[in-house]
Parts: sequence; structure tokens; C-alpha cells
Amino acid sequence: MSAVLAPKPAQAEAKIVVCDGNEAAAWAVSLANVDMVAVYPITPQSSLVEYLAKFIADGRLNAEIVDVEGEHSVLSVLQGACLAGARTYTASCGPGLAFMFEPYMRTPGMRLPLVMTIVTRDTLTPQSVWGGHQDAMSVREVGWGQMYCESVQEVLDTTIMAYKIAEHHDVMLPVNVCHDGNYLSFGAARCELPDQGEVSDFLGERDVNWHVALDPQRPMAVDPLTGGASGVGPSTFVRYRKGQCSGTQNALKVITEVHAEWGRRFGRYHAPLVESYRMDGAEYAIMTIGSMTGAAKDAVDEARARGDKVGLVKVKTYRPFPVEALVSALAGVKAVGVVDRSVSFGWNCGPLFQDTIAALYSAPTRIPAMSFIGGLAGADLTVEHFERVIGRTRELARDGRPAETVWLNEKD
Amino acid sequence: MRQQAYKMFDASTIPDDLCPIATKPTPMLPGDWRSMRPVVDRAKCVKCAVCWLYCPVQCVVEKSAWFDFNLKTCKGCGICATECPQRAIKMIEEAA
Repeated sequence: MSAVLAPKPAQAEAKIVVCDGNEAAAWAVSLANVDMVAVYPITPQSSLVEYLAKFIADGRLNAEIVDVEGEHSVLSVLQGACLAGARTYTASCGPGLAFMFEPYMRTPGMRLPLVMTIVTRDTLTPQSVWGGHQDAMSVREVGWGQMYCESVQEVLDTTIMAYKIAEHHDVMLPVNVCHDGNYLSFGAARCELPDQGEVSDFLGERDVNWHVALDPQRPMAVDPLTGGASGVGPSTFVRYRKGQCSGTQNALKVITEVHAEWGRRFGRYHAPLVESYRMDGAEYAIMTIGSMTGAAKDAVDEARARGDKVGLVKVKTYRPFPVEALVSALAGVKAVGVVDRSVSFGWNCGPLFQDTIAALYSAPTRIPAMSFIGGLAGADLTVEHFERVIGRTRELARDGRPAETVWLNEKD
Repeated sequence: MRQQAYKMFDASTIPDDLCPIATKPTPMLPGDWRSMRPVVDRAKCVKCAVCWLYCPVQCVVEKSAWFDFNLKTCKGCGICATECPQRAIKMIEEAA
């Protein structure tokens, strides 16, 4: 149909590299044969953009790269490209994401399957360029899917899977792959690069503009004014909103299926929605999201070695929120301590905690829960921090009386 | 209305709760919602074409001795009346 859809020669490549999360994301974009990349650099995402520019300059990735004047244009360029049939990619964070917000809001409503990495960063102010989930959490209600990664390998695998999820005809929604600024963006680790042919086979032919297109052969007005209080009435608007909600809920099933297929094809099984770690016989649990999970798992191992019956539940898919999977993962525990790397202003707790207690409303029994906030502005969340979380949650399991939010790095 | 080069896309082939699209052209023109219209004083008009130059919707049409307006496309913005060096154009309320 158009130039961007021309098939590309597959490059046979199956090797092991040592790279950081930003490079892993760039590898994933290259393996996903993205057609159009639009970028504007921002800390801590900048090196990701540089890797992409290099991959394109080296001829490894056959894509158009557009370096525009700001993030608002980034997403506007990609919306046009997507409407023309292209597979698209960008990455941003913090203030860049804020500047992108207008087209960001429009993307899910138009059901455009863009994939964007958020290299998470705490939002201003206080001034900071360090990691934290506040940027991604602040856009959680817009309608994009959100998957938080724990490791460099998971960044690579999830970014490729994100295309299959976003472009699924039952979903057709943009997806954010979130990896922690500093810890995953610059932390190098061993990473397996899957074979190009196998990835192309896994993703299949792109078909992103079957429902809305900029195409002279299929003339249409894109996103015209729908009725509100007057004219044709609000029913058109409501119909599209409900459709978007259905697509979002369909994503839960599709995410699970795509992760299972990824495991079958590439041998790496990542928990699609929530991961249960040492939850067998756990009397109480802690919950984590993102790269902090590694230290938390170590703390759980040490506690288990001491005889504490604690387990861990990691949330990978945060939007759509995996209510059923979470409730079943936490079934039977006497208390849960939820660790957030961001703040829900107005609730004086973390957003993951807030979503968790909302989900637990549908649990058969009432499970006391407590909010812990740590790792803001790049602060390290160590095994010692999680020992405190485990200790406090153990008390909660005993007395069932949750206290105010605990700020973990308050005295660091 | 000008004929389209291609037939419009048949929207019934896709679910109607995805992206809002429109595949039927609506014939509404600015003249359908304009609240004021320009009127030329033919005695004052010297055909300098300043109104023709400034009109944002290019609705000014040339007559033998004066300039007039295509009221189907005129949106009633009044730029012509403001710019006319001869003060030959007046904006009047559209009748309800």
C-alpha cells in the first residue's frame, strides 16, 4: 500500500550481549522492524535515542527517524505515520511526557497501536533528573496500556511483545513499556537477542490502520466532532468510550496469551500480569512494581530462610489493572504491604496501593493493607528497606491494624 | 460539490466503536451559521481588490463595477469591512 509496508530482508541474529535497558529497548525496536521512529532526547532516555539513531545509521534498522522540535510533535508525527500504516516507536519520560500530553490523550481514543517506552523519572518539582515512577503513574488513567519491567532482558522481550499486544485486533491500543530510570536505563546486564527471523515470525505482518487510515484509496475524515449536549447527542461519544474500555479489558487476555506464546517460542516465560514469588504457604505478602523487585525477592528469601512465611507479588501489567489475577495471587494472606515508587497526591499513599485496595474489595475476605513509598528521585531500595517492609507487614498480619503510609527513604 | 476521486470508504466493514471516523461528506457551509454578512456600497467601491486580498475564505467575487461576496462560503468575519480603504463595506446582522 505504501513505502513503509515494503518487506525488509531478515537479518539472522541470535546472540548474547551485555547491555543496559536503554540499549535493550533499542534492540527490541530494531528486531520489531519498526518503520518510523520520532524522538526528542530527555534524561534518562537520551541514550536510548542515540542507540536508535546509530542502529538506523548503521543500516541495522530500516526505519525513518524524525528528530522533531519537541515531544508534542513526536507523538503527532507518529499518529500520522500510524494512520498511514507504519509500525511506530518513541520513548520519553518526565517533563517530555508532560509536554506530549495533548497527543498522548488522543492516541488511545483513536485506537492507534503505538509503542512508547517510558524510562521512568520522578516529576518536577523538587528538581530532579533521577528515576521514580511518578511520570508514568501520572498518566495511568489516559488509556494506554502500561507494563513495568524488572530486568534488562524483560525490557527487550516486553518491548517486542508490546507490538503484538497493541496491534491485536481485539485491543488496538497504545502501550507504554516502563523501565526504571537509572536502574534499568543504565544498569548493564546479560541479555539474549532473539533471532530476527523468529521475531518477525512472532510479530507477523503489521496491520495497524485497518480501522482508521490516511489513505487516498479509503477516503475518510479522521476523528471528526462527535455529538455532545447538542447535535446528534452524546450516544456516539459514549459508544466510542465504551469501545475503548472493551479493548482495554480485552488486553488482559491478549497480554497473557502473548506472554505464553513468547515463552513457547523463545524459552523465556515472563509473568504477564502479576508474578507470584514464594507465595506457597505465605501468611502475608509484599507487593512490588518495576526494578525494585530484585532486592525485594532477596529480602523475601532471607526472611523465608529465617522461617517467616512471607511471599511477594510483583505487578507487571498495571494498565489494564489485573484485578482477578491480583486477587487470586493474594488469596489467603492475612496482610499485604504495597511498595510504590511514586505518590498518589490526595490519597497520601502510593498509586499501586490505592489500586490494590480497590481490587481487594472483590476478595472473599478483607485483607488489611499498608502503603510504603520508597525509591523516589533515584533513591536505592535495598534489601534492608524491604526487611523493614516485611517486618511491618508481619505486624499488620498479627494485629490487622494498618498505619499511615511509611516513607522508606525519609532518613537516608 | 466537487466529485470525489474515489468512492468513500465503507465504514460498515469495521466495528463502530473503534476510532471515530466519518465517511459521508456533510454539505454544511459557513453561510449556514454566519451571524453577520457584508454589504457593499456600490457607489463607494473603486475595485481596489483589498477585500479580495484579505478574505480568509476567498469568497470575494468580482462584478463588472464592484466586488461582491459568495454568501454560501462567507463566514461573516468582517475583515473585508475593516480593511476596505473606501469604507464601502458594512456588516449587517443576519435575519433570524
